[in-house]
Amino acid sequence: MKLSKAQYDEIAQFLGHVQPTRQSLRKLKEKFPSQSQSTLLSIFSQEYQKQIKRTHAKHHTAEAAETYYQRYLNGVMKNAAAPVLLELANEVDFAPSLMARIVLERFLQEREQAIPSKTLINSMLRDPSQIPDGVLANQVYQCTVNDCCYGPLVDCIKHAIGHEHEVLLREMLLEKNLSFIAEDQLRAKGYDKTPDFILEVPVAVEGHIIHWIESKASFGDESSHQAYLQDQFWSYWNRFGPGLVIYWYGFIEELDCHRERGILLKDCFPTDIVTLRHSMAQR
Amino acid sequence: MAAVLELLLREEVAVGAVLRWLRQGPGHRPAEVTGLVSLSLLQKDFVPFLLNFLREQTSQILTNGPSTPAKTPNSKAHGSQRTGSERRAGHKASLGSFLTATPEALPARRGRRKGGSAVSTSGRQVPRDLGRSLAEEEDGKNDSPSWSGGRRKRSEVPLVSARSPPSQLNLNNLEEFPPMGAASVPGGCKPSRRINPTPVSAERPLSKPKTCFTSTPVSQSPAARFSSGSNLEAFSTVQEGNLTSVISSSLQEEREMLKKERCKLLHQASSPAGISLDPGTPTKPSYTRSASLPAESHLVTCADPAKVSCKKQLECLARLYSSCIAENLVPNIFLELFFVLQLLTSKGTSTAEEEEESDLEVNERSKDASGRQHFRSVHNCVYFAVQVLDYQYEIISHLEKGTLKFLAENERIASFSPTLHERLRQAYESSTAKVSLLLPCSVQSVSFQPETDNRSNFPSDRAFHIFKKQRDIFYELLREWEDNHEKTGWDFERVLGNKIRAMMAHLSATCNHSHFARLFQKQLIQMCKGPVGGGASWGDTPDQDVLNMLGPDNLSRLKRLQERFVVPQSIRGPCPPPSFPGCQQFFRDFILSAGSYQFNQHLVDSLCLKILELDGLTLVEHEHSDGEADMDEQDEKKRFTVVLLSLRLLAKFLGFLVFLPYRTVEQPTRDLQDSAVALRNQTLPVLDVLKLLRQSIRDHRSILTVPWIVEFLSLADHIAPFLDYYRKVFCLLLLMVLSEDKEMSFLNKLLILAVLGWLFQVPSVPEELFFATDVRQEGVMVDTVTSAQALDSVPLVDQQLLYTCCPYLGELRKLLASFVAGSGAKNGGFIRKITPTAAESLAPKTSVTQRKLQVELEQAFFHNQPPSLRRTVEFVAERVGSNCVKHIKATLVAELVQRAEVMLQDKVKEEDANHDKLLEEVCAHLYEEGAQALIKGREFCKKKGPEAVRVLLPEETSAAVLNSAEDIAVELATEKACGWLSANIAALIKREVKATFNRMLKVPGLPLPSEDALELRRDCPPGCQHRAPFPSQIINEIKVHNVHFLDVLCVAVGPRDEGEVIDHDWLECLLGRLSQTLRCRKFMCPTSEQQLAKCTVELASLLGESVMIIKSNPTYGLLKLLLSVWKEDFGAPVPVQLMFSRKNIGYLSEVKQREWDLFLFMLHGLVEHDLMRTSEIESCLRSLGELPWPSDFLKELEMLSRVFTSEHRIEEPRTNPRELTRQSLGTVTAQS
Repeated sequence: MKLSKAQYDEIAQFLGHVQPTRQSLRKLKEKFPSQSQSTLLSIFSQEYQKQIKRTHAKHHTAEAAETYYQRYLNGVMKNAAAPVLLELANEVDFAPSLMARIVLERFLQEREQAIPSKTLINSMLRDPSQIPDGVLANQVYQCTVNDCCYGPLVDCIKHAIGHEHEVLLREMLLEKNLSFIAEDQLRAKGYDKTPDFILEVPVAVEGHIIHWIESKASFGDESSHQAYLQDQFWSYWNRFGPGLVIYWYGFIEELDCHRERGILLKDCFPTDIVTLRHSMAQR
Repeated sequence: MAAVLELLLREEVAVGAVLRWLRQGPGHRPAEVTGLVSLSLLQKDFVPFLLNFLREQTSQILTNGPSTPAKTPNSKAHGSQRTGSERRAGHKASLGSFLTATPEALPARRGRRKGGSAVSTSGRQVPRDLGRSLAEEEDGKNDSPSWSGGRRKRSEVPLVSARSPPSQLNLNNLEEFPPMGAASVPGGCKPSRRINPTPVSAERPLSKPKTCFTSTPVSQSPAARFSSGSNLEAFSTVQEGNLTSVISSSLQEEREMLKKERCKLLHQASSPAGISLDPGTPTKPSYTRSASLPAESHLVTCADPAKVSCKKQLECLARLYSSCIAENLVPNIFLELFFVLQLLTSKGTSTAEEEEESDLEVNERSKDASGRQHFRSVHNCVYFAVQVLDYQYEIISHLEKGTLKFLAENERIASFSPTLHERLRQAYESSTAKVSLLLPCSVQSVSFQPETDNRSNFPSDRAFHIFKKQRDIFYELLREWEDNHEKTGWDFERVLGNKIRAMMAHLSATCNHSHFARLFQKQLIQMCKGPVGGGASWGDTPDQDVLNMLGPDNLSRLKRLQERFVVPQSIRGPCPPPSFPGCQQFFRDFILSAGSYQFNQHLVDSLCLKILELDGLTLVEHEHSDGEADMDEQDEKKRFTVVLLSLRLLAKFLGFLVFLPYRTVEQPTRDLQDSAVALRNQTLPVLDVLKLLRQSIRDHRSILTVPWIVEFLSLADHIAPFLDYYRKVFCLLLLMVLSEDKEMSFLNKLLILAVLGWLFQVPSVPEELFFATDVRQEGVMVDTVTSAQALDSVPLVDQQLLYTCCPYLGELRKLLASFVAGSGAKNGGFIRKITPTAAESLAPKTSVTQRKLQVELEQAFFHNQPPSLRRTVEFVAERVGSNCVKHIKATLVAELVQRAEVMLQDKVKEEDANHDKLLEEVCAHLYEEGAQALIKGREFCKKKGPEAVRVLLPEETSAAVLNSAEDIAVELATEKACGWLSANIAALIKREVKATFNRMLKVPGLPLPSEDALELRRDCPPGCQHRAPFPSQIINEIKVHNVHFLDVLCVAVGPRDEGEVIDHDWLECLLGRLSQTLRCRKFMCPTSEQQLAKCTVELASLLGESVMIIKSNPTYGLLKLLLSVWKEDFGAPVPVQLMFSRKNIGYLSEVKQREWDLFLFMLHGLVEHDLMRTSEIESCLRSLGELPWPSDFLKELEMLSRVFTSEHRIEEPRTNPRELTRQSLGTVTAQS
């Protein structure tokens, strides 16, 4: 689903005023019934992440951590079964998973008298059973499960979605009889930057030659697209020539401005594909 | 000199005689030229004299003519030192002072200083700026600026003579017009044999470096104040402001200033010489420069054949002049043609017209025939021009179609010579020589090639990763340049300079220069090898389909480009200085900004190699007898074009780099030159162009070699041509101009003449070179041999290529176009695509066979076969051999590596100690097996070689020939492949194993690749439609459910969302779909599956506990379902032990009324489904018991543990689980 910049801005503006909860998501869907759910969800998540990025530093000061930790301790003292950490996160407008991390870090620090390693923290967040305090384990688990934008669970879902779309794309390529080299093969050959698929025989999509296809199971907004251009798309172009990016959850129309230069955006598998007749005859 | 002409014009000597006299050596004095005998002059001096004579004669007509065409010949005649010296020798002293005070000399210095202060902030920048300004001055884009320093002078000097009334000139007076070469002897009349380059330069020690004969008219050089030394910034500010709109007013002003200045100078300069001149009151207003107002204000005089005077003389001159052109006695035939076309299109003014009569009278009265003004009228000029064109018909008829069209439609030609008109019309109609409009190029990247670019080509990981970044940065710079360089105020150095230098520093730190140089060079070829570059100085209205192709984005760019074509300033004359048009500019500026010695050196290496490779390519092998010759010829032509253009491009950049350190803004003084020559004569040239040139002449391949050598030399510094080595090169080139190669195809010859003609006009090439006789004698002609690789006789050059290599030939057409008022020429160009050939080495590698006889037999076999057979066999051998190695890598080596991986996995677990040693051991194990590679390689070649040969050779090849060819191909391929394999297989295995091992070590957290593969190897059930829900969807749903359960658990909060209630049917459905998802393996990835496993365990725990709160019965069914899913559907291990985690059990502890039967049911289920062993559960329960629980909970837990243990000890033969649970339930509740 392609959105104009104006449409996108409207959604983003709406999102600026709401909490990142499932309830908000429902409201969003009601407000913009014509947009697809997955697109809205993707934008929702991205906007929330932007908001978190903006306030991240504020929550990460030593003072803030201390305050949160004390509030957590007080809270569980009153009622260990209450979702203390989750409510604290909601109250200060911070992602529950990240709140859980701050408090967990602080907890471990006090306990071990040393700054805990990142791997340990990550591992505990992934599997709260490892947390040596039962109450905290519960609280952390509650946070990670309730977080719709951060945390190991969400990361995993994102990863799974990405993978699934890659598989879908692969299917479509096979169906169209377009031979390709997949990322893992490329990596094995020692390529330094690898798109999801490189076409062995380039094709023309909507009149533009493409050599590679990258699948993105997210919405292409300005900031993420710029980052992808910088880190990935231009690098692919630099090595393999022009290519196609599929933002399965749509993108802002205005971003599709590098077509002439060799980066094409689509929100679905293209239908207008012209292949080299020569090689088609051989098949 | 003048005397010869005098005799000719007085008809005392026939044209033929003069020609013979010219052709023969100095000692030769045939009887018929007795009149010439008395003139003990060197014949060679005559040509320059003739050229100057014509320029001078026509100067007024052309001065007053159109402002658009360059006043080339005019300024050349007076300005060029070669000719000027003759005349000026008489007042040389004054000339010296004149030059010192040349008006632009001062502003030039001012400009430089200004520029210097502008950049003084950065110390490093100064030298770079010098280089850049040097480069910039050659930039086609900047039209005239810095060159005009030199040009300007030339356009001023003529005033000395132009203003002097013709009647006062005594051409026979040796004082005033001494013979050529007498320049070094002030006032002396001793005739000298030749012009020696050195005395001439000594004569003008302070003058600007010489520029081309072409000069931009004064009206075109608003930026002239900033001559060669001026810096870029200083220049651009002026240019922006003036070039376009302000032109007329500011120029007029400037002209006035210049005029005053000149008058002053002339007054000082010329008076001592005794030439009475009053610049303030010129005798003939039409002579003054100030009269050269914009051409538009003048009406074009209608040339009339009836008004032509002194026809005889004109005819004589035309014939003589044409012969000189035909015999290649002139330095640049196209310059002469341009001059002739200028005459043809000259627009006499009304004033000139009026004065004509009186002038002619004056002339008639003069006894001096050569002093007479034969060209004072437009009619005469046109008459002469048409005559010459008629003589030069052959060359003209080979020009591109657009030019022919203008000529065929030219009414002056039609009225002066109907026959020529008719011939031109026919030539136009039959011409197919359409030349395409050149399109701006678009940036394409150089593809990543694992063979040269992957990790194994770098010394370290760091080097590899840094280069990865450098590649991206390079393209980022390129894109930035592409987007912005045309914008006003955008400055390469300012914007990109620091980025480039940072990049260079990184390259130096990791010794990646060679990689980058290769990328740089490939990108250069990619972007600039085509005819593109934006330097095209002639154009057409593009076809509609061209516009369609370009799209609206590029249309504006194209329009801008077109505008540049159309504006009068764009006529730069047929000899523009070397430039870096279009994208080449980026590469030049990059080199300058980088300022990196290392990079330059690597780039030079890379360029030399590529040049040698391309120059040695066998390009033509077709047999004329063949039917397919046409197709072959086409292919060869295309290939030749690509190779030639690439060579020229590479050579230009090589020249740029090689001579860059020696470039000077100004022509060095004699002393400096001598010491520099002495110094530099000691060093060897980077690329032995002399040898290559000799070889090319010997092998008849000069059509390929000369054009690129010209490009190389065009960037020479001022000293280089005086070095012994390069002097020899120039001599050889000069000989090529003069030598008659009857074999050579006409357009081939034309191309060589065009590029050489251009080279001799390039500023840094001393102008005397062309006419210096010692040069002609020095060059020893190279013996030629018949070579199979000969190219010169093959018609390889067409107009497209000719005009691509020499875009300045388009000036002829522009000149004609400018003459046709409101010309609506719309014979649009077409696009001829030049198919790029692979950059891969095509040079066959002959292998060294030990059996000498076999080799000889093999050679003999090929000898009588068509050359294509050999090429095919060698090609097949090369490819098959290479494929063989690739195949071995992909099969045998990959297999070995896999085995190594397994071995390493086992061992790495055993001992963490010494990885290197471990690696060594494993590899040693594999080396023996590696020996198999040779056997397999042999097999591969034996199988593939014959297949390929058979496909590639003609069907009709005889069986015997075919067999032999196959055998040789197999032999060569095997030799190549096995040779490589035997030498490298061990290293290859080690490298691959090591890489795999490193990968293994790097990701300890993640499951090892083989495990991954194992899991994924599971397939979908037969007939699977892949319609199952996506894993991500299921994870998400379970996540939502878990949230609900948690909400339920948090009694204090209660369910948050009224709409979402736990619905057992729904949950059951979810588990059903989970099962589907797990069975269809298509979209599953390890992380998804692991997460699902974990989530479901969490779900089970929560389910169990929440059930206790909401007391719902169908839970047993759900748990059973879960157990079966875990057992049957999961490929990944399910972390069921998580159920025993303190967190999950903790939920239980908080409940008041604990119901243990569900938990027991679960435990039994786990055992039953082989998900956990009894002992495992027991140990889990035991460790649970060690945790600090409330005492009552602990008691119950112990009880449960006891029940479980006892039941499983007794109940080895399993009973119905439901019964079992009922039983235990009873027990537990009873005990509590």
